[in-house]
Amino acid sequence: MNSATKLRDPTAETSPTRRARLAPPPSVAGKSVALMDIGKARGSEFIDRLEDHFKKAGVTTRRYRKPTNTKVAPTDLLQKIAAENQLAVIALSD
Amino acid sequence: MPDGLPANVLPSDGLVIVAKRDCPTCVLIEPVMQSLDRAGPLAVISQDDPAFPAGVGRVIDDHDLERSFRLNIEAVPTLIRLKGGIEVERTVGWDRAEWIRLAGHAAAGDGLPAWQPGCGSKSVEPGVHEILVARYGDTGLKARTIAVGEWDDPMEACFERGWSDGLPVVPPTDDRILRMLGGTDRKPDEIVGIIPPNLVPCTVEKVAINAVMAGCKPEYMPVVLGVLEAALDPLFVLHGLLCTTHFSGPLVIINGPAAKAIGMNSGVNALGQGNRANATIGRALQLIVRNVGGGLPGGMDRATLGNPGKYTFCFAEDESDPDWEPLAQRRGIPAGKSAVTLFHGEGVNGFIDQKSRTPEELVRSLAMGLFGVGHPKLCLGGNAVLVLSPEHYKIFKDGGFNRRRIEDELYKALKRPGSELIRGAQGIAEGMPPSFADQVVDKFQPGGLLIVRAGGEAGLFSAIIGGWPGQSVRDECQAVTHEIR
Repeated sequence: MNSATKLRDPTAETSPTRRARLAPPPSVAGKSVALMDIGKARGSEFIDRLEDHFKKAGVTTRRYRKPTNTKVAPTDLLQKIAAENQLAVIALSD
Repeated sequence: MPDGLPANVLPSDGLVIVAKRDCPTCVLIEPVMQSLDRAGPLAVISQDDPAFPAGVGRVIDDHDLERSFRLNIEAVPTLIRLKGGIEVERTVGWDRAEWIRLAGHAAAGDGLPAWQPGCGSKSVEPGVHEILVARYGDTGLKARTIAVGEWDDPMEACFERGWSDGLPVVPPTDDRILRMLGGTDRKPDEIVGIIPPNLVPCTVEKVAINAVMAGCKPEYMPVVLGVLEAALDPLFVLHGLLCTTHFSGPLVIINGPAAKAIGMNSGVNALGQGNRANATIGRALQLIVRNVGGGLPGGMDRATLGNPGKYTFCFAEDESDPDWEPLAQRRGIPAGKSAVTLFHGEGVNGFIDQKSRTPEELVRSLAMGLFGVGHPKLCLGGNAVLVLSPEHYKIFKDGGFNRRRIEDELYKALKRPGSELIRGAQGIAEGMPPSFADQVVDKFQPGGLLIVRAGGEAGLFSAIIGGWPGQSVRDECQAVTHEIR
Protein backbone atom coordinates (compact mmCIF):
# COMPACT_ATOMS: atom_id res chain seq x y z
CA MET A 1 0.00 0.00 0.00
CA ASN A 2 1.44 3.39 -0.90
CA SER A 3 0.98 6.71 0.88
CA ALA A 4 -1.80 7.77 -1.48
CA THR A 5 -4.01 5.01 -0.14
CA LYS A 6 -4.25 6.32 3.42
CA LEU A 7 -6.88 9.02 3.71
CA ARG A 8 -8.08 11.11 6.63
CA ASP A 9 -11.73 10.99 7.53
CA PRO A 10 -13.48 14.28 6.65
CA THR A 11 -16.59 13.41 8.66
CA ALA A 12 -17.64 13.64 12.28
CA GLU A 13 -16.41 10.04 12.69
CA THR A 14 -19.69 8.81 14.09
CA SER A 15 -19.86 5.71 11.89
CA PRO A 16 -17.49 2.72 11.74
CA THR A 17 -14.52 3.00 9.38
CA ARG A 18 -15.58 -0.24 7.69
CA ARG A 19 -18.58 0.39 5.52
CA ALA A 20 -21.54 -1.61 6.77
CA ARG A 21 -23.25 -4.11 4.48
CA LEU A 22 -26.74 -3.23 3.42
CA ALA A 23 -29.20 -4.64 5.91
CA PRO A 24 -31.20 -7.61 4.56
CA PRO A 25 -34.82 -6.75 3.82
CA PRO A 26 -37.31 -7.63 6.56
CA SER A 27 -39.34 -9.58 3.98
CA VAL A 28 -39.04 -10.68 0.35
CA ALA A 29 -42.81 -10.48 -0.17
CA GLY A 30 -43.71 -8.42 -3.22
CA LYS A 31 -40.09 -8.10 -4.33
CA SER A 32 -38.43 -9.45 -7.45
CA VAL A 33 -35.25 -11.44 -6.94
CA ALA A 34 -32.55 -11.59 -9.59
CA LEU A 35 -30.82 -14.97 -9.86
CA MET A 36 -27.43 -14.37 -11.39
CA ASP A 37 -25.53 -17.32 -12.82
CA ILE A 38 -21.88 -16.31 -12.83
CA GLY A 39 -21.11 -19.02 -15.38
CA LYS A 40 -19.05 -21.43 -13.33
CA ALA A 41 -19.54 -25.19 -13.42
CA ARG A 42 -22.84 -26.40 -11.94
CA GLY A 43 -23.79 -22.91 -10.89
CA SER A 44 -27.02 -23.29 -12.84
CA GLU A 45 -27.99 -26.31 -10.71
CA PHE A 46 -27.68 -24.18 -7.58
CA ILE A 47 -29.77 -21.46 -9.23
CA ASP A 48 -32.42 -24.06 -10.22
CA ARG A 49 -32.77 -25.17 -6.60
CA LEU A 50 -33.04 -21.59 -5.39
CA GLU A 51 -35.62 -20.81 -8.03
CA ASP A 52 -37.74 -23.73 -6.84
CA HIS A 53 -37.58 -22.51 -3.27
CA PHE A 54 -38.53 -18.97 -4.24
CA LYS A 55 -41.43 -20.25 -6.40
CA LYS A 56 -42.80 -22.31 -3.54
CA ALA A 57 -42.63 -19.20 -1.37
CA GLY A 58 -44.48 -17.19 -4.00
CA VAL A 59 -41.57 -14.88 -4.75
CA THR A 60 -40.98 -13.56 -8.27
CA THR A 61 -37.57 -14.39 -9.73
CA ARG A 62 -35.73 -13.42 -12.90
CA ARG A 63 -32.66 -15.21 -14.19
CA TYR A 64 -29.50 -13.67 -15.64
CA ARG A 65 -26.15 -15.00 -16.72
CA LYS A 66 -22.76 -13.43 -17.10
CA PRO A 67 -21.28 -13.79 -20.62
CA THR A 68 -18.12 -15.29 -19.16
CA ASN A 69 -17.10 -16.38 -15.71
CA THR A 70 -13.63 -14.89 -15.99
CA LYS A 71 -14.58 -11.23 -16.04
CA VAL A 72 -16.84 -9.01 -14.00
CA ALA A 73 -20.40 -8.63 -15.23
CA PRO A 74 -20.83 -5.94 -17.92
CA THR A 75 -22.34 -2.66 -16.76
CA ASP A 76 -25.47 -2.96 -18.89
CA LEU A 77 -26.25 -6.34 -17.31
CA LEU A 78 -25.84 -4.91 -13.80
CA GLN A 79 -28.04 -1.93 -14.72
CA LYS A 80 -30.70 -4.29 -16.13
CA ILE A 81 -30.68 -6.35 -12.94
CA ALA A 82 -30.94 -3.23 -10.78
CA ALA A 83 -33.77 -1.82 -12.89
CA GLU A 84 -35.85 -5.02 -12.86
CA ASN A 85 -35.31 -6.28 -9.30
CA GLN A 86 -35.03 -5.25 -5.70
CA LEU A 87 -32.81 -8.15 -4.57
CA ALA A 88 -30.17 -10.32 -6.20
CA VAL A 89 -28.53 -13.65 -5.54
CA ILE A 90 -25.10 -14.10 -7.06
CA ALA A 91 -24.58 -17.84 -7.26
CA LEU A 92 -21.27 -19.35 -6.33
CA SER A 93 -20.31 -22.85 -7.33
CA ASP A 94 -17.40 -25.32 -7.54
CA MET B 1 37.17 4.61 3.49
CA PRO B 2 37.18 0.92 4.46
CA ASP B 3 35.98 0.88 8.08
CA GLY B 4 34.05 -2.39 8.06
CA LEU B 5 30.65 -0.75 8.11
CA PRO B 6 27.90 -1.67 5.64
CA ALA B 7 27.68 0.84 2.81
CA ASN B 8 24.40 2.36 4.01
CA VAL B 9 25.41 2.96 7.64
CA LEU B 10 26.70 6.29 8.94
CA PRO B 11 30.01 6.15 10.83
CA SER B 12 29.34 6.64 14.55
CA ASP B 13 32.61 8.59 14.88
CA GLY B 14 33.26 10.46 11.68
CA LEU B 15 31.81 12.81 9.12
CA VAL B 16 28.62 12.97 7.09
CA ILE B 17 28.13 15.27 4.12
CA VAL B 18 24.71 15.80 2.57
CA ALA B 19 24.98 16.93 -1.05
CA LYS B 20 23.28 16.91 -4.45
CA ARG B 21 24.72 17.01 -7.96
CA ASP B 22 22.31 19.78 -8.90
CA CYS B 23 24.12 22.14 -6.47
CA PRO B 24 27.12 24.00 -8.00
CA THR B 25 28.73 24.36 -4.58
CA CYS B 26 28.49 20.60 -4.00
CA VAL B 27 30.14 20.01 -7.40
CA LEU B 28 32.80 22.60 -6.52
CA ILE B 29 33.78 20.74 -3.34
CA GLU B 30 33.83 17.25 -4.89
CA PRO B 31 37.67 17.15 -4.41
CA VAL B 32 37.19 18.05 -0.73
CA MET B 33 34.79 15.12 -0.30
CA GLN B 34 37.33 12.82 -1.98
CA SER B 35 40.07 14.12 0.32
CA LEU B 36 37.91 13.60 3.42
CA ASP B 37 37.08 10.07 2.26
CA ARG B 38 40.78 9.23 2.12
CA ALA B 39 41.17 10.60 5.66
CA GLY B 40 37.95 8.80 6.71
CA PRO B 41 35.61 7.75 8.06
CA LEU B 42 33.08 9.56 5.85
CA ALA B 43 29.64 8.96 4.41
CA VAL B 44 28.12 11.20 1.73
CA ILE B 45 24.34 11.29 1.51
CA SER B 46 23.52 12.09 -2.11
CA GLN B 47 20.04 13.46 -2.72
CA ASP B 48 19.79 13.22 -6.50
CA ASP B 49 22.54 10.99 -7.92
CA PRO B 50 24.15 7.99 -6.21
CA ALA B 51 27.10 8.35 -8.66
CA PHE B 52 27.89 11.74 -7.12
CA PRO B 53 30.40 12.50 -5.77
CA ALA B 54 32.82 10.33 -7.72
CA GLY B 55 35.78 8.80 -5.94
CA VAL B 56 34.08 8.47 -2.57
CA GLY B 57 33.67 5.02 -1.06
CA ARG B 58 30.44 5.37 0.87
CA VAL B 59 27.76 7.27 -1.01
CA ILE B 60 24.25 6.68 0.33
CA ASP B 61 21.46 7.09 -2.19
CA ASP B 62 18.86 9.40 -0.65
CA HIS B 63 16.45 9.72 -3.55
CA ASP B 64 13.59 9.18 -1.11
CA LEU B 65 15.07 11.98 1.08
CA GLU B 66 14.40 10.04 4.27
CA ARG B 67 17.90 10.60 5.62
CA SER B 68 17.89 14.28 4.67
CA PHE B 69 14.55 14.65 6.45
CA ARG B 70 15.66 12.81 9.58
CA LEU B 71 18.87 14.88 9.70
CA ASN B 72 16.77 18.05 9.30
CA ILE B 73 18.85 19.25 6.34
CA GLU B 74 17.86 22.70 5.05
CA ALA B 75 20.72 23.39 2.62
CA VAL B 76 23.48 21.50 0.83
CA PRO B 77 26.29 20.85 1.26
CA THR B 78 25.89 20.27 4.97
CA LEU B 79 28.88 18.86 6.85
CA ILE B 80 28.06 17.03 10.08
CA ARG B 81 30.49 15.64 12.61
CA LEU B 82 29.29 12.62 14.59
CA LYS B 83 30.70 11.37 17.87
CA GLY B 84 29.38 8.20 19.45
CA GLY B 85 26.61 8.24 16.87
CA ILE B 86 25.47 11.69 18.03
CA GLU B 87 25.76 14.86 16.00
CA VAL B 88 28.13 17.26 17.68
CA GLU B 89 28.56 19.96 15.03
CA ARG B 90 27.43 20.96 11.57
CA THR B 91 28.14 23.65 9.02
CA VAL B 92 26.18 24.62 5.93
CA GLY B 93 27.54 25.68 2.53
CA TRP B 94 31.26 25.86 1.75
CA ASP B 95 33.39 27.85 4.22
CA ARG B 96 37.01 26.67 4.26
CA ALA B 97 37.74 27.83 7.81
CA GLU B 98 34.63 26.17 9.18
CA TRP B 99 35.23 22.91 7.29
CA ILE B 100 38.84 22.77 8.55
CA ARG B 101 37.66 23.43 12.09
CA LEU B 102 35.13 20.56 11.88
CA ALA B 103 37.07 18.09 9.71
CA GLY B 104 40.75 18.99 9.84
CA HIS B 105 43.15 19.96 7.07
CA ALA B 106 41.88 17.24 4.74
CA ALA B 107 39.02 19.68 4.17
CA ALA B 108 41.29 22.56 3.07
CA GLY B 109 40.23 22.44 -0.58
CA ASP B 110 43.34 24.00 -2.01
CA GLY B 111 42.57 26.17 -5.01
CA LEU B 112 38.90 26.62 -4.14
CA PRO B 113 37.41 29.97 -3.16
CA ALA B 114 37.34 30.50 0.58
CA TRP B 115 33.60 30.69 0.73
CA GLN B 116 30.54 29.88 -1.41
CA PRO B 117 26.94 29.54 -0.26
CA GLY B 118 25.12 26.28 -0.80
CA CYS B 119 21.70 25.48 -2.29
CA GLY B 120 18.39 24.54 -0.78
CA SER B 121 17.99 20.92 0.24
CA LYS B 122 15.59 18.88 -1.91
CA SER B 123 13.90 17.86 1.33
CA VAL B 124 12.62 21.38 1.93
CA GLU B 125 11.45 22.19 -1.58
CA PRO B 126 7.86 23.45 -1.74
CA GLY B 127 5.44 20.61 -1.21
CA VAL B 128 8.19 18.07 -0.51
CA HIS B 129 8.55 18.68 3.20
CA GLU B 130 4.89 17.79 3.88
CA ILE B 131 5.27 14.53 1.95
CA LEU B 132 8.30 13.64 4.08
CA VAL B 133 6.48 14.49 7.30
CA ALA B 134 3.61 12.29 6.18
CA ARG B 135 5.99 9.42 5.37
CA TYR B 136 8.58 9.60 8.10
CA GLY B 137 7.49 12.11 10.73
CA ASP B 138 4.69 12.89 13.15
CA THR B 139 1.87 14.63 11.32
CA GLY B 140 0.05 15.50 14.54
CA LEU B 141 -3.21 14.95 12.66
CA LYS B 142 -6.06 13.68 14.81
CA ALA B 143 -8.66 12.61 12.24
CA ARG B 144 -8.82 8.86 11.93
CA THR B 145 -7.21 7.21 8.96
CA ILE B 146 -9.19 5.34 6.34
CA ALA B 147 -7.20 2.71 4.48
CA VAL B 148 -7.86 2.31 0.78
CA GLY B 149 -6.87 -0.91 -0.92
CA GLU B 150 -3.63 -0.86 -2.88
CA TRP B 151 -5.43 -1.41 -6.17
CA ASP B 152 -8.42 0.81 -5.44
CA ASP B 153 -8.82 4.32 -6.80
CA PRO B 154 -8.80 6.74 -3.82
CA MET B 155 -11.12 9.11 -5.70
CA GLU B 156 -13.67 6.34 -6.13
CA ALA B 157 -13.25 5.43 -2.46
CA CYS B 158 -14.28 8.97 -1.55
CA PHE B 159 -17.44 8.60 -3.64
CA GLU B 160 -18.24 5.22 -2.12
CA ARG B 161 -17.94 6.58 1.38
CA GLY B 162 -20.36 9.39 0.62
CA TRP B 163 -17.83 12.20 1.03
CA SER B 164 -18.58 13.84 -2.31
CA ASP B 165 -21.16 16.33 -3.50
CA GLY B 166 -21.41 14.36 -6.73
CA LEU B 167 -18.25 15.73 -8.34
CA PRO B 168 -14.84 14.16 -7.81
CA VAL B 169 -13.02 15.29 -4.68
CA VAL B 170 -9.28 15.48 -4.11
CA PRO B 171 -8.37 12.52 -1.85
CA PRO B 172 -7.42 13.94 1.57
CA THR B 173 -3.94 12.52 2.10
CA ASP B 174 -1.71 13.59 4.97
CA ASP B 175 0.68 15.59 2.83
CA ARG B 176 -2.16 17.56 1.25
CA ILE B 177 -3.77 18.21 4.62
CA LEU B 178 -0.45 19.38 6.10
CA ARG B 179 0.03 21.74 3.15
CA MET B 180 -3.50 23.07 3.65
CA LEU B 181 -2.87 23.62 7.36
CA GLY B 182 0.22 25.59 6.35
CA GLY B 183 -2.16 28.20 4.95
CA THR B 184 -3.28 29.29 8.41
CA ASP B 185 -1.52 29.99 11.70
CA ARG B 186 -4.50 28.66 13.62
CA LYS B 187 -3.93 25.44 15.55
CA PRO B 188 -5.28 22.26 13.91
CA ASP B 189 -7.20 21.29 17.04
CA GLU B 190 -8.91 24.67 17.47
CA ILE B 191 -12.69 24.35 17.33
CA VAL B 192 -14.07 26.70 14.69
CA GLY B 193 -17.69 26.10 15.58
CA ILE B 194 -20.57 23.66 15.84
CA ILE B 195 -21.77 22.44 12.45
CA PRO B 196 -25.45 21.75 11.84
CA PRO B 197 -27.49 19.70 11.43
CA ASN B 198 -25.80 17.17 13.70
CA LEU B 199 -24.23 19.91 15.85
CA VAL B 200 -20.72 18.52 15.58
CA PRO B 201 -17.67 20.51 16.76
CA CYS B 202 -15.46 21.23 13.76
CA THR B 203 -11.71 21.67 14.14
CA VAL B 204 -9.39 23.61 11.88
CA GLU B 205 -8.03 20.19 10.85
CA LYS B 206 -11.46 19.03 9.65
CA VAL B 207 -11.84 22.30 7.76
CA ALA B 208 -8.46 21.64 6.11
CA ILE B 209 -9.45 18.09 5.15
CA ASN B 210 -12.63 19.27 3.48
CA ALA B 211 -10.81 22.20 1.86
CA VAL B 212 -8.38 19.68 0.34
CA MET B 213 -11.30 17.68 -0.98
CA ALA B 214 -12.93 20.80 -2.41
CA GLY B 215 -9.74 21.59 -4.34
CA CYS B 216 -8.65 24.66 -2.35
CA LYS B 217 -5.09 25.95 -2.28
CA PRO B 218 -3.52 26.46 1.16
CA GLU B 219 -3.65 30.24 0.78
CA TYR B 220 -7.45 30.04 0.64
CA MET B 221 -7.61 28.72 4.22
CA PRO B 222 -8.10 32.08 5.98
CA VAL B 223 -11.01 32.81 3.64
CA VAL B 224 -12.51 29.33 4.06
CA LEU B 225 -12.29 29.70 7.85
CA GLY B 226 -13.85 33.17 7.64
CA VAL B 227 -16.66 31.86 5.46
CA LEU B 228 -17.37 29.03 7.89
CA GLU B 229 -17.37 31.34 10.91
CA ALA B 230 -19.82 33.66 9.14
CA ALA B 231 -22.01 30.71 8.18
CA LEU B 232 -22.15 29.68 11.84
CA ASP B 233 -23.36 33.11 12.97
CA PRO B 234 -26.75 32.31 14.54
CA LEU B 235 -28.29 35.14 12.54
CA PHE B 236 -27.49 33.27 9.33
CA VAL B 237 -29.58 30.24 10.44
CA LEU B 238 -27.49 27.69 8.56
CA HIS B 239 -29.52 24.78 9.93
CA GLY B 240 -32.76 26.22 8.58
CA LEU B 241 -31.18 27.05 5.25
CA LEU B 242 -29.93 23.49 4.94
CA CYS B 243 -33.22 21.79 5.69
CA THR B 244 -35.56 24.11 3.79
CA THR B 245 -37.65 22.87 0.88
CA HIS B 246 -36.83 26.19 -0.85
CA PHE B 247 -34.12 26.57 -3.50
CA SER B 248 -31.65 28.56 -1.43
CA GLY B 249 -28.15 27.76 -0.31
CA PRO B 250 -25.23 29.82 0.99
CA LEU B 251 -24.06 32.56 -1.40
CA VAL B 252 -20.55 33.77 -0.51
CA ILE B 253 -19.36 37.28 -1.46
CA ILE B 254 -15.76 38.21 -0.66
CA ASN B 255 -14.50 41.78 -0.27
CA GLY B 256 -11.12 43.31 0.42
CA PRO B 257 -7.46 42.46 -0.13
CA ALA B 258 -7.90 38.71 0.50
CA ALA B 259 -9.98 38.39 -2.66
CA LYS B 260 -7.22 39.96 -4.75
CA ALA B 261 -4.46 38.07 -2.98
CA ILE B 262 -5.91 34.69 -3.88
CA GLY B 263 -6.95 35.70 -7.38
CA MET B 264 -10.72 35.61 -7.03
CA ASN B 265 -12.82 36.56 -10.02
CA SER B 266 -15.03 39.63 -9.85
CA GLY B 267 -14.98 40.29 -13.60
CA VAL B 268 -15.95 38.34 -16.71
CA ASN B 269 -18.17 35.38 -15.78
CA ALA B 270 -17.82 36.20 -12.07
CA LEU B 271 -20.88 34.13 -11.20
CA GLY B 272 -19.81 31.28 -13.47
CA GLN B 273 -17.14 28.66 -13.75
CA GLY B 274 -13.40 28.87 -14.33
CA ASN B 275 -11.82 30.42 -11.25
CA ARG B 276 -10.34 28.03 -8.72
CA ALA B 277 -10.82 30.23 -5.65
CA ASN B 278 -14.42 31.11 -6.50
CA ALA B 279 -15.20 27.47 -7.24
CA THR B 280 -13.52 25.76 -4.32
CA ILE B 281 -14.17 28.14 -1.41
CA GLY B 282 -17.92 27.88 -1.84
CA ARG B 283 -17.58 24.14 -2.32
CA ALA B 284 -15.50 23.74 0.84
CA LEU B 285 -18.33 25.25 2.90
CA GLN B 286 -20.82 22.83 1.37
CA LEU B 287 -18.54 19.83 1.95
CA ILE B 288 -18.04 20.78 5.61
CA VAL B 289 -21.80 20.95 6.10
CA ARG B 290 -22.17 17.63 4.31
CA ASN B 291 -19.33 15.69 5.87
CA VAL B 292 -18.88 17.18 9.33
CA GLY B 293 -22.43 18.37 9.91
CA GLY B 294 -24.09 15.41 8.19
CA GLY B 295 -26.33 17.60 6.03
CA LEU B 296 -27.18 15.32 3.13
CA PRO B 297 -29.62 15.93 0.28
CA GLY B 298 -32.66 13.78 0.89
CA GLY B 299 -31.65 13.54 4.55
CA MET B 300 -31.80 16.80 6.41
CA ASP B 301 -31.58 18.78 3.15
CA ARG B 302 -35.19 18.70 1.99
CA ALA B 303 -34.95 21.02 -1.04
CA THR B 304 -37.76 20.46 -3.50
CA LEU B 305 -35.51 21.38 -6.43
CA GLY B 306 -32.37 22.97 -4.98
CA ASN B 307 -30.17 25.00 -7.29
CA PRO B 308 -26.77 24.50 -8.98
CA GLY B 309 -25.26 27.02 -6.56
CA LYS B 310 -25.47 24.38 -3.86
CA TYR B 311 -22.31 22.87 -5.34
CA THR B 312 -20.63 26.23 -4.88
CA PHE B 313 -21.73 29.86 -5.10
CA CYS B 314 -18.94 32.29 -4.39
CA PHE B 315 -17.51 35.40 -6.03
CA ALA B 316 -15.67 38.61 -5.19
CA GLU B 317 -16.91 42.15 -5.54
CA ASP B 318 -15.32 44.46 -8.12
CA GLU B 319 -13.72 47.16 -5.98
CA SER B 320 -11.77 48.80 -8.80
CA ASP B 321 -13.79 52.05 -8.76
CA PRO B 322 -12.77 54.22 -5.79
CA ASP B 323 -16.13 56.02 -6.02
CA TRP B 324 -17.98 52.81 -5.22
CA GLU B 325 -18.57 51.88 -1.59
CA PRO B 326 -17.96 48.10 -1.41
CA LEU B 327 -20.61 45.88 0.10
CA ALA B 328 -18.56 44.97 3.18
CA GLN B 329 -17.95 48.63 4.04
CA ARG B 330 -21.62 49.39 3.54
CA ARG B 331 -22.23 46.70 6.13
CA GLY B 332 -19.79 48.06 8.71
CA ILE B 333 -16.39 46.56 7.88
CA PRO B 334 -13.54 49.14 7.87
CA ALA B 335 -11.94 49.94 4.51
CA GLY B 336 -8.86 47.86 3.77
CA LYS B 337 -10.14 44.84 5.69
CA SER B 338 -11.18 41.59 4.08
CA ALA B 339 -14.67 40.32 4.72
CA VAL B 340 -17.19 37.71 3.77
CA THR B 341 -20.88 38.34 3.28
CA LEU B 342 -23.15 35.33 3.33
CA PHE B 343 -26.62 35.48 1.80
CA HIS B 344 -29.30 32.84 1.39
CA GLY B 345 -29.21 32.74 -2.42
CA GLU B 346 -31.63 30.84 -4.62
CA GLY B 347 -29.83 31.23 -7.95
CA VAL B 348 -29.11 33.74 -10.68
CA ASN B 349 -31.95 35.47 -12.45
CA GLY B 350 -30.66 37.41 -15.45
CA PHE B 351 -31.91 41.00 -15.79
CA ILE B 352 -31.74 42.59 -19.26
CA ASP B 353 -32.11 46.32 -19.90
CA GLN B 354 -30.38 47.62 -23.01
CA LYS B 355 -32.51 50.73 -23.44
CA SER B 356 -32.30 52.73 -20.21
CA ARG B 357 -29.86 55.63 -20.46
CA THR B 358 -30.57 57.55 -17.26
CA PRO B 359 -30.41 56.44 -13.61
CA GLU B 360 -34.11 57.18 -13.20
CA GLU B 361 -35.05 54.90 -16.11
CA LEU B 362 -32.79 52.14 -14.87
CA VAL B 363 -34.12 52.35 -11.31
CA ARG B 364 -37.69 51.88 -12.52
CA SER B 365 -36.61 49.03 -14.76
CA LEU B 366 -34.59 47.26 -12.08
CA ALA B 367 -37.47 47.62 -9.63
CA MET B 368 -39.73 45.83 -12.09
CA GLY B 369 -37.23 42.99 -12.23
CA LEU B 370 -36.81 42.89 -8.48
CA PHE B 371 -40.55 42.66 -7.90
CA GLY B 372 -40.31 39.19 -9.40
CA VAL B 373 -38.19 37.80 -6.57
CA GLY B 374 -40.07 34.85 -5.09
CA HIS B 375 -43.36 35.97 -6.60
CA PRO B 376 -44.37 39.40 -7.95
CA LYS B 377 -47.17 39.62 -5.39
CA LEU B 378 -45.14 38.54 -2.38
CA CYS B 379 -43.28 41.18 -0.33
CA LEU B 380 -41.27 41.39 2.89
CA GLY B 381 -40.35 37.72 2.55
CA GLY B 382 -37.16 36.76 0.81
CA ASN B 383 -34.63 39.52 0.22
CA ALA B 384 -32.29 39.86 -2.76
CA VAL B 385 -28.78 40.54 -3.99
CA LEU B 386 -28.50 42.80 -7.03
CA VAL B 387 -25.25 42.24 -8.93
CA LEU B 388 -24.69 45.41 -10.94
CA SER B 389 -22.67 44.92 -14.09
CA PRO B 390 -20.13 47.56 -15.17
CA GLU B 391 -22.32 48.91 -18.00
CA HIS B 392 -25.39 49.29 -15.80
CA TYR B 393 -23.24 50.82 -13.05
CA LYS B 394 -21.84 53.32 -15.55
CA ILE B 395 -25.33 54.66 -16.20
CA PHE B 396 -25.72 55.32 -12.49
CA LYS B 397 -22.25 56.77 -12.10
CA ASP B 398 -22.57 59.08 -15.11
CA GLY B 399 -25.87 60.28 -13.69
CA GLY B 400 -24.32 61.09 -10.31
CA PHE B 401 -25.80 58.15 -8.40
CA ASN B 402 -23.54 56.53 -5.79
CA ARG B 403 -24.37 53.37 -3.83
CA ARG B 404 -26.50 55.14 -1.22
CA ARG B 405 -28.49 57.00 -3.86
CA ILE B 406 -29.11 53.83 -5.86
CA GLU B 407 -30.32 52.08 -2.72
CA ASP B 408 -32.61 54.95 -1.74
CA GLU B 409 -34.13 55.31 -5.18
CA LEU B 410 -34.67 51.57 -5.53
CA TYR B 411 -36.43 51.40 -2.17
CA LYS B 412 -38.76 54.16 -3.25
CA ALA B 413 -39.42 52.38 -6.53
CA LEU B 414 -40.03 49.07 -4.78
CA LYS B 415 -43.19 50.20 -3.02
CA ARG B 416 -46.58 49.09 -4.27
CA PRO B 417 -50.20 49.50 -3.20
CA GLY B 418 -51.29 46.57 -1.08
CA SER B 419 -54.55 46.38 -3.02
CA GLU B 420 -52.59 45.06 -6.02
CA LEU B 421 -50.77 42.49 -3.91
CA ILE B 422 -53.32 40.85 -1.68
CA ARG B 423 -54.45 37.30 -2.26
CA GLY B 424 -56.88 37.13 -5.14
CA ALA B 425 -55.93 40.54 -6.57
CA GLN B 426 -55.28 40.53 -10.33
CA GLY B 427 -57.01 37.17 -10.49
CA ILE B 428 -54.07 35.42 -8.77
CA ALA B 429 -54.60 33.48 -5.58
CA GLU B 430 -51.06 33.97 -4.31
CA GLY B 431 -50.30 37.24 -2.60
CA MET B 432 -50.09 39.20 0.63
CA PRO B 433 -52.61 38.75 3.47
CA PRO B 434 -55.77 40.91 3.17
CA SER B 435 -54.59 43.10 6.06
CA PHE B 436 -52.12 44.76 3.64
CA ALA B 437 -54.93 45.98 1.34
CA ASP B 438 -54.78 49.60 2.49
CA GLN B 439 -51.01 49.85 2.94
CA VAL B 440 -48.16 50.84 0.70
CA VAL B 441 -45.93 47.77 0.86
CA ASP B 442 -42.14 47.54 0.52
CA LYS B 443 -40.86 44.64 -1.57
CA PHE B 444 -37.96 43.96 0.80
CA GLN B 445 -37.21 44.30 4.48
CA PRO B 446 -35.14 47.38 5.48
CA GLY B 447 -31.57 46.61 4.45
CA GLY B 448 -32.81 43.55 2.63
CA LEU B 449 -31.49 44.51 -0.81
CA LEU B 450 -27.74 43.96 -1.07
CA ILE B 451 -26.09 45.65 -4.03
CA VAL B 452 -22.71 44.41 -5.23
CA ARG B 453 -20.65 45.20 -8.33
CA ALA B 454 -19.25 42.44 -10.52
CA GLY B 455 -19.08 41.28 -14.10
CA GLY B 456 -17.39 41.79 -17.45
CA GLU B 457 -17.11 45.15 -19.19
CA ALA B 458 -19.54 44.34 -21.98
CA GLY B 459 -23.23 43.69 -21.47
CA LEU B 460 -26.16 45.74 -20.26
CA PHE B 461 -27.15 42.86 -18.01
CA SER B 462 -27.27 42.60 -14.25
CA ALA B 463 -28.16 39.69 -12.00
CA ILE B 464 -30.86 39.35 -9.39
CA ILE B 465 -30.29 36.66 -6.80
CA GLY B 466 -33.41 35.99 -4.81
CA GLY B 467 -33.23 35.15 -1.11
CA TRP B 468 -35.01 32.80 1.24
CA PRO B 469 -38.46 33.24 2.83
CA GLY B 470 -36.80 32.55 6.18
CA GLN B 471 -35.46 36.11 5.95
CA SER B 472 -38.97 37.41 6.56
CA VAL B 473 -38.35 37.29 10.31
CA ARG B 474 -35.75 40.04 10.24
CA ASP B 475 -34.54 39.75 13.82
CA GLU B 476 -33.93 36.03 13.46
CA CYS B 477 -32.51 35.54 10.00
CA GLN B 478 -30.45 37.87 7.84
CA ALA B 479 -27.45 38.05 5.59
CA VAL B 480 -24.29 38.34 7.68
CA THR B 481 -20.96 40.06 7.09
CA HIS B 482 -17.82 39.08 8.99
CA GLU B 483 -14.27 40.30 8.84
CA ILE B 484 -11.81 37.63 7.71
CA ARG B 485 -9.13 37.20 10.37
